[in-house]
Amino acid sequence: MMARARIVTMAGTPSLARRLVGSPGNALITLLLAASMVVILPPLVRWAITDAALFPAVPESCRAVSGACWSFIVAKHSQILFGIYPDAQRWRPLVVCVILLGLLVFSVRPRAWQPRLAIAWFAALGLSWWLMAGGAGLVPVGSDLWGGLPVTLILTVVAIGLGFPTGVLLALARRSTLPVIRLLATLFIETTRALPLLSILFIASIMLPLLLPEEILPDKFFRALIALYLFASAYLAEVVRGGLQAIPRGQYEAGEALGLPYWQLHLKIILPQAIVVVIPALTNTVIVMIKNTSLVLVVGLFDLISSGKAALADPAWSSPSIETYLFITLIYFLLCFGFSRFADRLERRTKVPTK
Amino acid sequence: MNESNQVPVVTLSNVEKHFGAFQALRSVNLEVARGERIVICGPSGSGKSTLIRCINQLERHEAGDILVNGRKVGSEPKQLEAIRREVGMVFQSFNLFPHLTILENCTLAPIWVRKLSKREADEKAMALLERVRIPDQAHKKPGQLSGGQQQRVAIARALCMEPSIMLFDEPTSALDPEMVKEVLDVMLGLAEDGMTMLVVTHEMGFARQAADRIIFMDEGRILESATPEKFFADPEHERTRAFLSQILH
Repeated sequence: MMARARIVTMAGTPSLARRLVGSPGNALITLLLAASMVVILPPLVRWAITDAALFPAVPESCRAVSGACWSFIVAKHSQILFGIYPDAQRWRPLVVCVILLGLLVFSVRPRAWQPRLAIAWFAALGLSWWLMAGGAGLVPVGSDLWGGLPVTLILTVVAIGLGFPTGVLLALARRSTLPVIRLLATLFIETTRALPLLSILFIASIMLPLLLPEEILPDKFFRALIALYLFASAYLAEVVRGGLQAIPRGQYEAGEALGLPYWQLHLKIILPQAIVVVIPALTNTVIVMIKNTSLVLVVGLFDLISSGKAALADPAWSSPSIETYLFITLIYFLLCFGFSRFADRLERRTKVPTK
Repeated sequence: MNESNQVPVVTLSNVEKHFGAFQALRSVNLEVARGERIVICGPSGSGKSTLIRCINQLERHEAGDILVNGRKVGSEPKQLEAIRREVGMVFQSFNLFPHLTILENCTLAPIWVRKLSKREADEKAMALLERVRIPDQAHKKPGQLSGGQQQRVAIARALCMEPSIMLFDEPTSALDPEMVKEVLDVMLGLAEDGMTMLVVTHEMGFARQAADRIIFMDEGRILESATPEKFFADPEHERTRAFLSQILH
């Protein structure tokens, strides 16, 4: 933050020395930063590295040191990443994470954006579901035993992957000339947005079982998934609608004058421009949704944070919560930062050149 | 074929249009014969743009009938798309699609509406871009072209649909003066080739050179309809004379 402020106030990019102490203001900021680093860095390095315990991954190694207890993470990483999923079957959520993260990385390349990619995603999700739930040759594992990273990944990918197209449809519906469609879309969006995600999750997990007979009730994981999906759709719909409003009337008229029917006009002309306009806002919403998946812990699903908490409950260890949360923070950071880099690349790529 | 030559390309009878309390068109009657070039002029707010925008239903008229090639223009989506396929339009602000290349701008509707193959559409588009003299820009985006070039692309884009009539809504009024000529030249070429054209413009030089008929509109009415010779030398109405004295100074 500070570094950026300094660079912005200077014209061009002068030498490092001039950037650091070029003006009295810069010199002061540099001095303050240097001073705070002198104060903060040594104890931090001592805690995180020199005085920390990493191996062997047993409780005793932590008792012997005053610094961070990384051996806890080494010992418990599988429980933090995969929750209370049965030990012998942990390879299954591991494969799910590899598949989903691998496909996410693969999907970043523009060359991969073909109809086949959508098929690949449906196949990957189906495969993930089978691996997680079992059956057909695998030991069945109930969704109440799922946890950790695969839960976070599945919730995020499905809620956003389905929420985005639904959001686009809702945004178009809200601008429809047909009053009934417009009214329904508006009603859905406004209701969903007016409720906190927590209360939607509570409705899905606690109230629905009171209202519906057990036989037709989808399981807890599925209900939370639907709640997140609906929530994401409503938010993404409003972001996309903002983009639609930014498209000049002349674009619609030019398309209509060429005889393009509604769907072709929107798919080929309006939406490609509208979505590019709102990439920053979409990125924002997607990142918020990635982090929102952690709220499923209130309805008893074991996302990363809950499985970290569960690991901490082991009395043999002196509950190194800072280390555990730092580890989880790192995973969330990589997911969110990764997405934001992707959005940045997309924005550059879709920038319409001018003279 | 002979018969279709007798049918006017466009017929308007008693067309009315309001914008709220403002009446934009008052009982407008007009026939456009095949191959006819008509220039429409008149003060701002006189209804000239509204008139041509009613023909392809970018504005819906409230009363009266509009026929294109003998077919009644209505608000039914299928009917609408069929009419729009036959009516090309060029806008004051070009309205090219900024996210597509020049070539894609020209081939989008032929591929998706006329169902041409990509190759056919590309060939057709390149031939027309050649005709408006910008084939070398085919793979650039509209934002990289000058206003005059963009407007010529817009003309080519409309022509790619092989329309039976071209509507021009003040095609040169958003252009820098030095670019007006290159667009008018393309329009003159089109007129020489026998395209049916309805042009809203204040370019009286173009009207003199290309128009078969000049229409003067005021307060939503067609006040005067005459050959260029008669229109400039001996207009019937006082309002026409006042208008001409304002723009021909």
